[in-house]
Amino acid sequence: MKSIVIVEQDNGLVNRPSLAAISAAKKLSSNIDLLVLDPSEINTIKNIAFVDCIYSFKEKQKDVSAESMVNFLKDFIEKYDYVIAPSGTFSKNFIPRLGAVLNLQPVSDIIKVHNETTFDRPIYAGNAIATVKSKDKKIILTIRGTAFQPVDLKGGDASLKILSDIQEVNSSKFISKEVSSSERPDLASAKIIISGGRGVGSKENFTIIEKFADKIGAAIGASRAAVDAGYISNDYQVGQTGKVVAPELYIAIGISGAIQHLAGMKDSKVIVAINKDEDAPIFQIADYGLVGDLFTVIPDITKAI
Amino acid sequence: MKALIGVKRVIDYNVKIRVKKDNTGVDMENVKMSMNPFDEIAVEEAVRLKEKDIIKEVITISIGTEETQETIRSALAMGADRGIIVKTNKSLEPLAISKILAHFCNKENIDIAILGKQAIDDDFNQTGQMLAGILGWPQATFASKIVKEQDNLLVTREVDGGLETIKINLPSVITTDLRLNEPRYASLPNIMKAKSKPIDILELESLSIDVDPRLEQLKVTNPPERGGAVKMLNTSEELIDTLKNKEGIL
Repeated sequence: MKSIVIVEQDNGLVNRPSLAAISAAKKLSSNIDLLVLDPSEINTIKNIAFVDCIYSFKEKQKDVSAESMVNFLKDFIEKYDYVIAPSGTFSKNFIPRLGAVLNLQPVSDIIKVHNETTFDRPIYAGNAIATVKSKDKKIILTIRGTAFQPVDLKGGDASLKILSDIQEVNSSKFISKEVSSSERPDLASAKIIISGGRGVGSKENFTIIEKFADKIGAAIGASRAAVDAGYISNDYQVGQTGKVVAPELYIAIGISGAIQHLAGMKDSKVIVAINKDEDAPIFQIADYGLVGDLFTVIPDITKAI
Repeated sequence: MKALIGVKRVIDYNVKIRVKKDNTGVDMENVKMSMNPFDEIAVEEAVRLKEKDIIKEVITISIGTEETQETIRSALAMGADRGIIVKTNKSLEPLAISKILAHFCNKENIDIAILGKQAIDDDFNQTGQMLAGILGWPQATFASKIVKEQDNLLVTREVDGGLETIKINLPSVITTDLRLNEPRYASLPNIMKAKSKPIDILELESLSIDVDPRLEQLKVTNPPERGGAVKMLNTSEELIDTLKNKEGIL
């Protein structure tokens, strides 16, 4: 069996959810190739464990639309039994379109591989797990990054093939991107995440969360309520429809704990909830709880730590 | 412009679902059902575009049992013009749904299809992308802003790392993200008015579309429980001490 893993990259490097996708591919096939859109760190990528061949390009394929991606992939993936990608927004955009063009039904966001055709995926915001068996002749999967151990960045010795550039389609054109830049660790790979909710109260107050996070080198997250209220930008949202995270430590501050939020963080190793409402549902899932006013508790902790 | 808005009837987002004891699915008996929240945002956006005279007609479509009428009526009460129901008792996958939607996009000469980015029951996040793929139309998923610019649409999308703006031709497919708008509550006069708006009801079989499932659902189970109850701490010192010395994290 042959797999192609279409990786997502951060600053040229294969990101953690993509390394987890390679790990899932390993459970399905002995032969794993990668498609790498940005070749800038290709020499590092070549060392990733278990990879046979890397397909890449002379230059970074920038801001590729789902339309262009699918146009390119529909022939490129022909020889593969599995097409695998992480569950980032880039992959979620083109993978279903690819499925439709090939008359295949992709399985999204898998968290477990039972055998070559059978997978677990969360439904109802992770409140149930569906075990599904694919009857498609070619299986297209997206992988939930937190559910698989990433493969090592070393130990491999992949060969490299350079492809001609992906042709852009005319119907869709990239205009601009507003990147929220931050020196803090990335949500998807952070060991500790400090998350703020509606209880934080304002954009200005969010600095309390930021100071705490910076003191301990944590990433920042947020509940939907905090994002909707404009305290912080959309890409920090943790939850059913935002990012799914599973750090060693997740500290939920001023977050009541709607099921949609819990869906994005309940696999964290240790969960701490700090909330002034002792009946907040977040305490039902937390390992440790502290009832108190975040405006005194958080500065206290930040100072004492 | 003519818009087609897909709406799905799902278990209300506030309901804590229960997995059936025989592991065949989720208990749907006496459970509150609502329109998928992302689809509500899609209806709202279409109605707003109609209020701006960008869209002339808003057609809303749902695929499911007899009860999907309630969902279509809610969309009509929000301001959609007419409804289509494709009746079936089968539970269909995104590929089948998008084939059915593609059929109606062609039949109704649709210029813009707006769907929720994801249904909160099966959490696939696929149908809009698949519909665009089948029709060969451009797509703008996870939209948080839509602006008409001459014959094109400028769509801002919520992506990893921030926001991205793309320009797409029409006809096209858009899927909605949470911050596109805040759906209105239907007023009582509008709810009354919706009762007389037309709804076409068709049987799925009459369309001769291949909807055979590609995925066999073997079972539905409860997720693993987190171990143990919460330990309540009294002071921030106690919390720091626990995280440092007991958990060894900080």
